[in-house]
Amino acid sequence: MISIRNLSKWYGEFRALNKCSTEVEKGEVVVICGPSGSGKSTLIKCVNGLEVFQEGEILIDGVSVSARKTDLPKLRARVGMVFQHFELFPHLTILNNITLAQCRVLGRSRKQAVEKAVQLLEMVGLSEHQPKFPAQLSGGQQQRVAIARALAMDPLAMLFDEPTSALDPEMINEVLDVMVNLAQSGMTMLVVTHEMGFAKRVADRVIFMDRGEIVEDHPKQRFFENPATDRARQFLSKILTH
Amino acid sequence: MPFDWSSIPRALPFLWQGMVTTLQITVIAVLVGILLGTLLAVMRLSANRFISLVAAAYVTLFRSVPLVMVLFWFHLILIPLVAALLFPGKQLELRFLTALTAFSLFEASYYAEIIRAGILSVTKGQFNAGLALGMSRGQVMRLVIIPQAFRRMTPLLLTQAIILFQDTTLVYVISLDDFFRRAYNIGNRDGTLNELILFAGAVYLVICTCASGCVRQMQKKLAS
Repeated sequence: MISIRNLSKWYGEFRALNKCSTEVEKGEVVVICGPSGSGKSTLIKCVNGLEVFQEGEILIDGVSVSARKTDLPKLRARVGMVFQHFELFPHLTILNNITLAQCRVLGRSRKQAVEKAVQLLEMVGLSEHQPKFPAQLSGGQQQRVAIARALAMDPLAMLFDEPTSALDPEMINEVLDVMVNLAQSGMTMLVVTHEMGFAKRVADRVIFMDRGEIVEDHPKQRFFENPATDRARQFLSKILTH
Repeated sequence: MPFDWSSIPRALPFLWQGMVTTLQITVIAVLVGILLGTLLAVMRLSANRFISLVAAAYVTLFRSVPLVMVLFWFHLILIPLVAALLFPGKQLELRFLTALTAFSLFEASYYAEIIRAGILSVTKGQFNAGLALGMSRGQVMRLVIIPQAFRRMTPLLLTQAIILFQDTTLVYVISLDDFFRRAYNIGNRDGTLNELILFAGAVYLVICTCASGCVRQMQKKLAS
């Protein structure tokens, strides 16, 4: 489904990503973890072309992200993304946040879009907040709406860039619950996160990145029980103590 | 020295006609200024260097030249030239059109900067969120960025409009009869120039103070 091959990216002289390669199969849930500055966010933003890269290739369902003839907006519409800071559109109601792209990008009728939006809001437990504006919702609620907004496009896969990092601790679980349900329903997911509990629950594989490189890429059991590298071991020991 | 206000009440209908002219110029220049200003702002932010430079040149030009000079250029050179090309041999009353054109193009450069700042104040995250949903850059600008930029910039846009309202008095120099010039002419005719200028000043003061007060109320509401 998602193929990352020999991906390298530079910011001027600084090499942010160094020959990263991995595959995400349909229905797989892959967690990317690692220390700050390891390039995890950069990597995931390259997947849907929000960041450009100089070397390597990314294929989504066989379509190359960086090829000139690729219709990038069309490709992006097939992959949902959830951001660390939610990024709901503050000037639109919750309902319209979810219907906007459905109508303007996918060309759905208002009726279809609203139906879908209502259904998804119910799924994330926020039906009664339809007419409200994002500023009236808590962080956890906003992030759940953001997930619904991405799902409304019926994506092939979902990308999550540290979805709970900006949340107060008591709100993290409500978002993780939605993500767990999504994973269990068979969605292909690539998740950058520090939440190892989530990884242990639903991840199929865990990728550990450090200084722009993919250091480990193993099935979750193997990663948690027996990390191959010292760097991963160190990272896990720091993270798992609390 | 004693003030003689007696000519004012009789002159009110005449003065009102002048105010209508003032308001017409203000409203049209603001509307055209915002439309053209938005276009210029978007052009300034374009990745295409040529488009960006053209817009930057326009804005720099009109912000570097005094408004009174712009008015004269249009009045003495540009508008007569265009009129001669389009309607050769005809004598036309063009001062109102001159004022509209000059003020609109002038205001556009000021609005362009306000709107550009507004657009830039919307975070990149919002832009990425729009792109991630499959919107084209144009769609993100129209549906996500510009609506937010305008909501933030409305107090500034209105304040600029109030300034423009006061600047319209400059049409005096091209002999166009707006409120101020009419007040001045009456004062001149009746020998009560001081009174009429004070009166005109008071009118502008009241209007602008009320308008500024409304803008402040709006700012308070938006901040909450």
